Amino acid sequence: MTGSGNVMAAGRMPSVALAAAQDGDLVGQLRRAERRRKLRAIALTMPLLVFLLVFFLVPLASLLLRAVENPEVADALPRTGQVLSGWDRHGPAPDAAYAALIQDLKAIGETAQVGVLARRLNSEVAGGRSLIMGTYRALPLGDPASAEQARAALLAHDARWEEQAYWLALARNSSRWTPDYLLTAVDLRRNAEGGIERVPADEAAFSDILLRTFQMSAVVTVIALLIAYPLAYWLSTLSERRANLMLILVLLPFWTSVLVRIAAWIVLLQNNGLINRFLQFIGLTDAPLPLLFNRTGVIIAMVHILLPFMILPLYSVMKSVPTNYLRAAISLGSPPLAAFFRVYLPQTYPGVAAGGLLVFITCIGYYVTPALLGGASDQMLSYYVAQYTNVEVNWGMACALGGVLLTTTLVLYALYRKVSKAELSLG
Amino acid sequence: MFKRFDFPAYYGPLDKLGWLGLRLAALLALLFLVLPIVVIVPLSFSDSSFLAYPIQGWSLQWYREMWNAPEWARAARNSFIVAPVSTLVATVLGTLAAMGLARNQFVGKGLVTGLLISPMVVPIVVVGVSSYLYFARLGLNDSYLGLILVHAALGAPFVVTTVLATLQSFNANLVKASLSLGASPLETFFRVTLPVIAPGVISGALFAFATSFDEVVVTLFLAGPEQVTLPRQMFTGIRENISPTIAAVATLLILFTTLLMMTLEWLRGRRK
Repeated sequence: MTGSGNVMAAGRMPSVALAAAQDGDLVGQLRRAERRRKLRAIALTMPLLVFLLVFFLVPLASLLLRAVENPEVADALPRTGQVLSGWDRHGPAPDAAYAALIQDLKAIGETAQVGVLARRLNSEVAGGRSLIMGTYRALPLGDPASAEQARAALLAHDARWEEQAYWLALARNSSRWTPDYLLTAVDLRRNAEGGIERVPADEAAFSDILLRTFQMSAVVTVIALLIAYPLAYWLSTLSERRANLMLILVLLPFWTSVLVRIAAWIVLLQNNGLINRFLQFIGLTDAPLPLLFNRTGVIIAMVHILLPFMILPLYSVMKSVPTNYLRAAISLGSPPLAAFFRVYLPQTYPGVAAGGLLVFITCIGYYVTPALLGGASDQMLSYYVAQYTNVEVNWGMACALGGVLLTTTLVLYALYRKVSKAELSLG
Repeated sequence: MFKRFDFPAYYGPLDKLGWLGLRLAALLALLFLVLPIVVIVPLSFSDSSFLAYPIQGWSLQWYREMWNAPEWARAARNSFIVAPVSTLVATVLGTLAAMGLARNQFVGKGLVTGLLISPMVVPIVVVGVSSYLYFARLGLNDSYLGLILVHAALGAPFVVTTVLATLQSFNANLVKASLSLGASPLETFFRVTLPVIAPGVISGALFAFATSFDEVVVTLFLAGPEQVTLPRQMFTGIRENISPTIAAVATLLILFTTLLMMTLEWLRGRRK
């Protein structure tokens, strides 16, 4: 009821003036009317804002929080954590830590919580699960009276309790918040002294994934631009009626379900599909080329899916580029082709930037197309977010990777807004 | 489009080649866009159980198979529950919000606008994981309600932007006239404002519908076996065993979205 809010204030003008004549406070009345109008505007946006807060933004914030949350050890082993915070992390763990560990494990009511703790330790040090579960089942370990006895009892049960690695893992994770997931997501880690260092090259995995995601997105963006530019230019030279007719051919795939298009590309790209038959027919290849379940297939399908996102911004910019400059250049003696590259092309850079960024941003969040058309080495960042959620059940890691993806997207989107100077609008 | 080969005199050979190259590239781009959609339709009428050309004989068996398969019937039913309901929620909330944002200035408007359209920008897998983890605590996983709520959130920004665009060209004097003639604000909305901005509202609603109807990633995370939608069922079908039944479903979906698109184009024409 925007319009009406706007107008009601204006519509009330005569009565406002009348009232002002009576009490001489026109300014105050106007201000009150203006404030009412603003309140109404805010009230109208509230239902959607609250809805999005509760079901979209709060879950999103909670995802980001989970990327730095580390409750498992802190919840299960509070006393051990306290003792270990005084440990210099160089020599063997203090005896008091052994006693505290037995005390903490005894205090755990539910086996499920031990399972959570065991899984957490296992993700830090191999064998952590069996160590924790075995120790928990062996309780009370003769109810040791002193710290030395506690140490002896634990070592007698499982000699691995002598190894520093487990104690280091417990010490590192005894605080409720941790930068570890985020550091791991960019292939960094904390060393024993608490400093930040690079993960050795043979263990680094995530910078490769991030790089691959960017690389594939860049390739898709460039190919889409090369295909879209001539088409958008040609469309912009047509009459409005014919251009609209041709635009239907652009919009039809745009509106068709992504899964339908993926299925269609499987049909086209398979070994005895039309593409391979055509390539063999014209003699370009003897044996069918592998086009499916590898990088090629993913790129082709992604270019197809994202092409309309490139064509539409390019077309709308090109339609507004005046042809006078091009004609002036030609009439001044420039060959048409040279004029096109030196006069026309630079005028379409805003469209190139807007379309390119839009396609790139959409690309880096892609999940379904690589998952269905790619092999194991063609998966992008989104795939690993899903993988850590569903398969590895390491939600801290999933959230950290999701946080990296979200941040990258938002930064690029801010850039896009600057370039396109307009709201994302399809209307 | 190759009617005029008589180039102006100032066109050198390179320019002619460039002109031809440009048009050829445009034509190939159009072919690339349409080819996959054109190719899958005939295969749904093939009598072979392989999704490949050439087609030997024709048959409707894959449509019969799809019709008789309980999983496709359930998926279709679920899609036509989730998409309309989430569209309704998105359209009502989105239209209200757009009316608040249009032609009003208030402190924090930029932030509010940014938050309202944020579902358009956030990577879909992040939406899926965050709602999966959060909804688990609310008991909304494996429920229609959870799916509908997230789909509505994803669709609402489309309604906000399209209605906002329509309101830019809305003549506010109409409301002024209505109010001064004694109509209540509510009456004015339903009998003056809404009929005028209806094409924008319906366009936004269609975008929201398409968003939900084609959404698979959030559904992968949130839906239990009971809530499998058409795209979710297609995902399974493509991943496990791609059969001509998929082509039959795809053909029907292409038909359906073509109708949606034509409605939208018609509305866009009316809006102008």
